[in-house]
Amino acid sequence: MASATSSTVDTTAGGGGVHLPDTARDLVKILVTGPFGVGKTTLIGSVSEIRPLHTEEQLTEASAQVDDLAGVRDKSTTTVAIDFGRISLPGGVVLYLFGTPGQERFRSLWDDIAHGALGALVLVDARRIDASFDVLGLVEESGLPYAVAFNTFPDAPRHHTPEQLRAALDLEPTTPMVTCDAREADSSIDSLLTLVQHLIDHRPAEHR
Amino acid sequence: MTGRRGGRPLVPAYLSTGGVARPSRAHLERLSVLTGSGEPAPADLPAAQAALLEELEHGSLTVVEAAALLRLPVSAVLVLAADLIDRDLVLARAPIPPARRFDPDLLKRVADGLRDLKHR
Repeated sequence: MASATSSTVDTTAGGGGVHLPDTARDLVKILVTGPFGVGKTTLIGSVSEIRPLHTEEQLTEASAQVDDLAGVRDKSTTTVAIDFGRISLPGGVVLYLFGTPGQERFRSLWDDIAHGALGALVLVDARRIDASFDVLGLVEESGLPYAVAFNTFPDAPRHHTPEQLRAALDLEPTTPMVTCDAREADSSIDSLLTLVQHLIDHRPAEHR
Repeated sequence: MTGRRGGRPLVPAYLSTGGVARPSRAHLERLSVLTGSGEPAPADLPAAQAALLEELEHGSLTVVEAAALLRLPVSAVLVLAADLIDRDLVLARAPIPPARRFDPDLLKRVADGLRDLKHR
């Protein structure tokens, strides 16, 4: 559906393929999170039916209680691009994937995007596991159920056992942990399926 | 994840809403579905509202999709959309009620749908 769109980022005119299919009924979202450069956008792009889009999000100083757009320009702001993609599934379900940076300084944005999400897929780079600690902290504090996927980089160390990786990330025994190749659609889908199965198996007690 | 891609937006974020800071309705969110009502747009519609309405002529969009296409922050699109809703030019629909995200039937449909994708 998106294959006919232009190759530039600017799809302002008409936006071919971006508009929702008429069958869209239930819109759900999953966060794809992880440290910078871990492959979030790659994973989203491998499965999205539209070329991943992005929104420019304004981050303000934590102290600035911004409820007034008119004042924003006077405050210290930075902009971060949030990539997202979309998969229309049979039965009218449309799954959105939001590539959400996991650094502590993005917390307010994180909370905003996480609101109403089904869960989070946390991408980890085995070459720099400690870069994921911030992300896991944010996810756990938000209460969002999550699964961990190690994105396979060619030069990633292969001598770690799953037990060692679990221990390094301090994961609960019930938290799913898989490896994936974010460039491959089937592999990305498998890691999303792992998360969704986890959501089915570990619903809050009042929803069972 | 950092920096601005694709050049400058047509309208600075703080001007696009005409100085209005908050959406007039609170229930809009990132995945709210916006659909044009089909009512003719008044000639004096501000440019940013008109641009959003024009995107909706091609079909429904979520707030985030509209923000991406118009290259405006989500917060600005929320204000524009709320204004268009107040003028009966746009209809909005919620993505799913929050409690439904634990709905086993919904989750199963997501899982089944993802499995189907693999077999294509």
